[in-house]
Amino acid sequence: MREITYRQALNEALSEELERDPNVFLMGEEVAEYQGAYKVSHGLLQRFGPRRIIDTPISENGFAGLGVGAAMVGLRPIIEFMTFSFSLVAFDQVVNNAPNMYTMSGGQFNIPITFRGPNGPAHQLGATHSHATENFYASVPGLKVCTPATPRDAKGLLKTAVRDDNPVLVLEAELLYSSKGMVEPPDEELLIPLGKAEVKREGSDVSIICYAQTVPLALQVAAQLEEEDISAEILDLRSIKPLDEQAIFDSVTKTHRVVIVEQDHPFCGVGAEVCYRIQKNVFDALDAPVIRVSQEDVPMPYNERLEKAVLPNADKLIKAIKQVCYA
Amino acid sequence: MQPVEQRDEVEMLSLMLLIRRFEERASQQYQAQKIGGFCHLYIGQEAVVTGAVAAVRDDDYIITAYRDHAHALARGTSADACMAELFGKETGCSRGLGGSMHFFDRKNHMYGGHAIVAAHVPLAVGMAFAIKYRGEDRVTLCFFGDGAINQGAFHEALNLAALYNLPIVFICENNLFAMGTSVKRSTSLRQIVDRAEGYDIPGEIVDGMNFREVRDKIAEIADSIRKEPHPAFLEMRTYRYRGHSMSDPASYRTKQELEKYRLDDPITRLRAQLTREGKLTNEQFDMLDKRAKETVLAAVKFAEKSPQPPLDTLYDYTYANGAMEPGRPPSEEAAQQRREAAPSPNTNSR
Repeated sequence: MREITYRQALNEALSEELERDPNVFLMGEEVAEYQGAYKVSHGLLQRFGPRRIIDTPISENGFAGLGVGAAMVGLRPIIEFMTFSFSLVAFDQVVNNAPNMYTMSGGQFNIPITFRGPNGPAHQLGATHSHATENFYASVPGLKVCTPATPRDAKGLLKTAVRDDNPVLVLEAELLYSSKGMVEPPDEELLIPLGKAEVKREGSDVSIICYAQTVPLALQVAAQLEEEDISAEILDLRSIKPLDEQAIFDSVTKTHRVVIVEQDHPFCGVGAEVCYRIQKNVFDALDAPVIRVSQEDVPMPYNERLEKAVLPNADKLIKAIKQVCYA
Repeated sequence: MQPVEQRDEVEMLSLMLLIRRFEERASQQYQAQKIGGFCHLYIGQEAVVTGAVAAVRDDDYIITAYRDHAHALARGTSADACMAELFGKETGCSRGLGGSMHFFDRKNHMYGGHAIVAAHVPLAVGMAFAIKYRGEDRVTLCFFGDGAINQGAFHEALNLAALYNLPIVFICENNLFAMGTSVKRSTSLRQIVDRAEGYDIPGEIVDGMNFREVRDKIAEIADSIRKEPHPAFLEMRTYRYRGHSMSDPASYRTKQELEKYRLDDPITRLRAQLTREGKLTNEQFDMLDKRAKETVLAAVKFAEKSPQPPLDTLYDYTYANGAMEPGRPPSEEAAQQRREAAPSPNTNSR
C-alpha cells in the first residue's frame, strides 16, 4: 500500500483500463491537450495518443450520445463530464438512450459505457454548478451509480465501472480530488464491486450512513463524538445503485439507531430510499426514528455563509446523532 | 457483399411493395386495436430506404427515427418479426419490448428505431466514430425527419461528425411536415440541405420519390467515404401519404397536395421504368404484389398466434449480464426463482 491522491487514483484506473482493453477510450471536454479540467486525465494523451484520448467541443448531448452509439457497436467509452451539473444538458442521452437501449431492443444492445466526473456541491459555484445528481440518476432503471469517497474506492470502482456491461455513472467528489489515502500498489489489480458498501469505522451506538463528500464529514464527527462516549459506526454506501441493503441492515441491527447524511436534496433524496428500506425490513431493530441530514431544499446560494447553511455540516450531524441516541 | 449494380431492381420493387402492404396492414390492425401506442407509417417514402439499402453493403450501419418499420424490413428483418413487434409479442424484433417506434435487429445491422426526435443522431455519429476507431471501411446511414433538424442534438452531432471526419451519411427524409408543422413554419432556412453547409459538410438535394436517383447518389457517396472517411448530408424530398401517426387525420394539408404526390408515387415510378425497359410485365408486377400481400397476411397470423413475453421475464432486460442487487443471483437463476416463488411480477426485493 502507498498513499496517493483521489485524483491520482482515478488517473491510474483510467490508465490501467486503457492499457488493458483497446476498446476503451476517454472522451470529454479538455481531457486531452489541457490534461483534464481537474487534471484527472493528466498524461493520458501523451501515453495513449489522440485516437483514444479525445477532446470534444462543448456539446455534452452530442458527445454523450456519441459514446452511447459507439457502445452499441462494441466500444467501451469513458465519457467525462467536466461536472455532472453539465450532464443535465445530456440528460436525454444518459437517461433515455443509455439505460433504455437494452430493454427497448429486447436484450440485443447493452451499453457498456462509463460516465464520470465531479458531482455535488463544491465551493461557491452557485446553483447551476452545484448539483448533486445521484438521486436523479439512481431513480432510472438500467443505470448504475457509484460515489467513491476515498482514493482506493475511486480507483477500484472506476475500474469496475469500465468493465461493467451496463451504463455506470461514477460520481466523483470534487472537493476530494486532492485528498489522500492508502491504495494497493499499481501492480496489484484493484477492483471494487458495485453494490458493496464498506464499514469505514466500527461503532456500536449509532450507524451513520453516508457516501461521497459526507464520508469525511461523518468520520470527523465520529472521532469528535468518541470524546462524549458515543460510538458511531460509519457505513459508506460507495454505490447508490445497486444499493447494498444487507450491509445497511447489518449495521442497523447492530446499533439500532440511524442517521443518514447525504449530499443531495431532501425531497426524494437517496436517504429517503435508504430509510424506506430500513423501516420495511428491519423495523424491529430500530430504537429511534431514522433521521436524515441533507442539503436544505433550496437552490444553492453563492454567498459563502448561506452555502454553508445549506450543506450538511458537523453541527447538523451531531445534533441528529444526539437526537437518535436520546443523548 | 453484393455490388450495387447487381442488386436486382425488380427485387427492390418487390421490397417497396412489401413495405407498402405491410404498412397498410399495420394501419388496419391498429384500427382493430391489435397494435397499441403510437404507430407512424412510411407509405409514400418507400424509395428512400429502399434506394439506400440497395446502395450499401449489408454490414453497413443503419439507424433511424420512429418511422422505422420500413428500415427494418429493408434491412431484412422478416415481416413476421416486424408485425409481431407491433403486436407486442415475444417473437417481435425487439421481443415485444420496443413497439412500433423501437425496432432493432442486431444481426442485420439495424440499430433502431429511436423515438426522441434527433436523439439518435449523436448515436449514429458514435457508430461512425467506432468505424473509424477500428479502421473499418463501413459507412453509417443515419435517417431522420425534417423535424429533427431544429433539435440541438442534431447540430451537435453534425459538428462532431465534421470535426472528426467520420464516415456517415445524414439522410434527412424531408416529408414536408414535422407532425403538423410544415418546414416553412419550423425552419428559418430556404432549404434544409443548407444546414449541412453550416458545418462544412457536403450536401445535396435528392428526389426521394425516385428509387434510382436515391440509390445512385448514396452509392456514389458511400464509395467516396470508404476511400476516405467523411460526413455527407442528403436532403431527400419525399412525402408521406398518411398523417404523422395513426391518430392524425392530416387536416393541415390539402387533398390537392396529397394527390400531386400520389401521382409521383415511388412504386408506380419504378414500375413504369422497369416496364418501359422490358424488365417487368404487368403479370409479373401483379405477382409481386400478390406475394407481398400474402407475406404480410401471414405475418399477421404469425403475430396473432405468437406468445406474449412471459411476465416472469420482466426483470431480465434491464441490466446485461447479471444481478442488480448484490446477493441476487444472476438473471437466469433469478428468473427461475421468480417463476417458482411469485405469481405476480411485482415482487422485487422491496
